[in-house]
Amino acid sequence: MTVTEVKPDTTRKIPEHPKSLLLRMDRMPHIWCSRCGIGITVGCFASAMEKTGLSPDDITVTSGIGCTGRVAGYVKADSFHTTHGRAIPFTVGLALTRPDLKHVVFSGDGDLISIGGNHFIHAARRNQNMLVICVNNFTYAMTGGQLAPTTPVTARATTAPYGSFERPFSLPTLAISAGASYVARWTSLHIRRITDSMTEALQRRGFRFIEIIAPCSTIYARRNKLGTGLDLMKYYYENSVIDHNASVDDLDIGFQSKIVVGKFVDKDRPSYGKSMHEHFRKVLGNKYQPPVSGKMEIDKSWSGCTESQDTTVTDEVQS
Amino acid sequence: MVQADPVGVLTGTHYLDGDHAAAEGACSAGCRFFAGYPITPSTEVAERVALRFPLIGGTFIQMEDELASIAAVLGGSWGGLKSMTVTSGPGFSLMMENIGLGVMMEVPCVVINVQRGGPSTGLPTLPAQADMMQARWGSHGDYELIALSPNSPQECFDLTIESFNLSEQWRVPVLVMMDECIGHMTERVVIPEAGEIELVERRYTNLNPDDYLPYKPCEDLVPEMAPIGYGYRFHTTGLTHDERGYPSMNAETQQRCVGRLLDKINLNRDEIIHVDKHYLDDADIVVVSYGISSRVAIPAVEKARREGIKVGELRLVTVWPFPEKLIRELAGNVKAFIMPEINHGQVVLELERCAGGRAETRLVKHAGGWVHDPETIYEAIREAAK
Ligand SMILES: Cc1ncc(C[n+]2csc(CCOP(=O)(O)OP(=O)(O)O)c2C)c(N)n1
Ligand code: SF4
Repeated sequence: MTVTEVKPDTTRKIPEHPKSLLLRMDRMPHIWCSRCGIGITVGCFASAMEKTGLSPDDITVTSGIGCTGRVAGYVKADSFHTTHGRAIPFTVGLALTRPDLKHVVFSGDGDLISIGGNHFIHAARRNQNMLVICVNNFTYAMTGGQLAPTTPVTARATTAPYGSFERPFSLPTLAISAGASYVARWTSLHIRRITDSMTEALQRRGFRFIEIIAPCSTIYARRNKLGTGLDLMKYYYENSVIDHNASVDDLDIGFQSKIVVGKFVDKDRPSYGKSMHEHFRKVLGNKYQPPVSGKMEIDKSWSGCTESQDTTVTDEVQS
Repeated sequence: MVQADPVGVLTGTHYLDGDHAAAEGACSAGCRFFAGYPITPSTEVAERVALRFPLIGGTFIQMEDELASIAAVLGGSWGGLKSMTVTSGPGFSLMMENIGLGVMMEVPCVVINVQRGGPSTGLPTLPAQADMMQARWGSHGDYELIALSPNSPQECFDLTIESFNLSEQWRVPVLVMMDECIGHMTERVVIPEAGEIELVERRYTNLNPDDYLPYKPCEDLVPEMAPIGYGYRFHTTGLTHDERGYPSMNAETQQRCVGRLLDKINLNRDEIIHVDKHYLDDADIVVVSYGISSRVAIPAVEKARREGIKVGELRLVTVWPFPEKLIRELAGNVKAFIMPEINHGQVVLELERCAGGRAETRLVKHAGGWVHDPETIYEAIREAAK
């Protein structure tokens, strides 16, 4: 066999990554496996940010723990890599103290729905101001492929070596019944649709949830003999059906079954902050002091701040 | 130092229990974000905050549990507001993981624990001081934080303010270790004029974003914070991290990261620790105590003094970090230390370690449910004096 050795061309300048404005290029290469679905969703998020015209200084990004939980570490915005399951309540604190910013939670299904499940339903119930992006790969990938509350019946996991027999959660169903303002689901190859949903959801207020069904190529795909990550991405895409008006009964996902995708909810409901503000204004009248924001406190105490800042509270700020 | 904002300061002489006084301490200290979950005997703190915050520009939220409460407090503090939560034993146990995150990310915040008898659900309505070691070691890994122990409603007010100051200065969660007795004891509480309340402001960096490293320490080993949304685009994580705040998981970074977190408190102990001393100059025996037990010890010490026993009192206002240097000095000069605690021997282990066998250490224990009978402390003094 003849082997041609390809020497790298060291004179060639590496072109800048198109999404480099929103990524921490000094942390590349990232830890994700090739053909993993997580990277695609981050790419869509960067495109959505571009489309909205938001600057990275207009957002915070918070993750819990897991492969998807590493997203916060690669996004070049003020970013918080917290503990397993607690990205949502951490963001409740950020969102209530900095209502002038947009807050994004980016994490895995185990993180958000198993250990963090209680926070998920309560944040949706209160319509807390945040966009929650969940990469659902049907497993606990970071820890080696254990059973998740999303694992389809009969799919194998290290802690379900004979296949799962538990009924999984359908995440949009959970979000819808808990009261989320915006709920969508796509698979990782619905790149344009994910980007559009993210763009739209970034501009809404209240609790917004986007689920992205994505392959874990290394662990879930391999253990369940589903081919490469790319094969699985295509499979999910080709077996998806767009139905924006789907009933929640159609949203369950079986092992390698049809996946109903779409934008299921997009409604205007007052956020927690806005409800609080309006309620107190009504019942307390002049005695009510609208909440100070972290921004006001920072502007007051920080000599590094040079811009002149508007410190009046508006209804918009409070929503 | 800046002066308190008069909006939150209820200047005057009041008749308050410790829980209500602690809530007023938070209002006076400029705390404007509170996330909590009800639990006896701490609930009154949350209730008063819920009542007061809409009148002073604060945001109160009752979370779904204590895991959420402490996480929201960390987020609220990063958001730029002084933030606090309050709980008791079972909730304190649930908060442990994220108290560790607060230590690791260096988040200023205050956690009040109104201690009740344990383990488990224990004695919901009755006092104990049995979470003292949990405060010190309850979160996993090596860490140092600050824990104060008030012994009156007045001090619940004063030390809550002090806790906010310490947390901002050292960028660390500060625990206020109250107990049911102090929490529910009603006494005179004097709230001074706002101008007399001095507050430590958050130390934000003046470097521009290109020069700023989020975890590069200043001389006192504390790094400066950056405000969110102002172009710093910093990252912070509970993973072992370098000065950029980036995860770096190896033995060297671990040593540097954890080493500094410990040194930050340990090398600054003299500045952090606050104790009260009474009759120490000629003492042969020293009663070392904290919280409610320090009040119960007073009649015992007075009685022994009247009988000519040279007994002094050392009250730990700061329990963690422990005043190791002072105990080592005293151990060379006194015969015995006596420590009453409403537990079966927690802080006394540290006392004994620091006494290093040079002075005898006696524990006056109590399983909880009530405070010591001063006679038991007096008996221990007499025994030690023999
Ligand atoms: C309190 C706690 N329990 C368990 C773990 C271990 N752990 C880390 S990530 C993870 C699961 C992550 O799964 P998922 O959220 O689905 O993310 P993925 O890795 O699949 O993206 C677990 C169980 C932890 N870090 N903390
Ligand atoms: S283990 Fe799975 S989820 Fe994690 S990076 Fe690799 S492919 Fe992605």
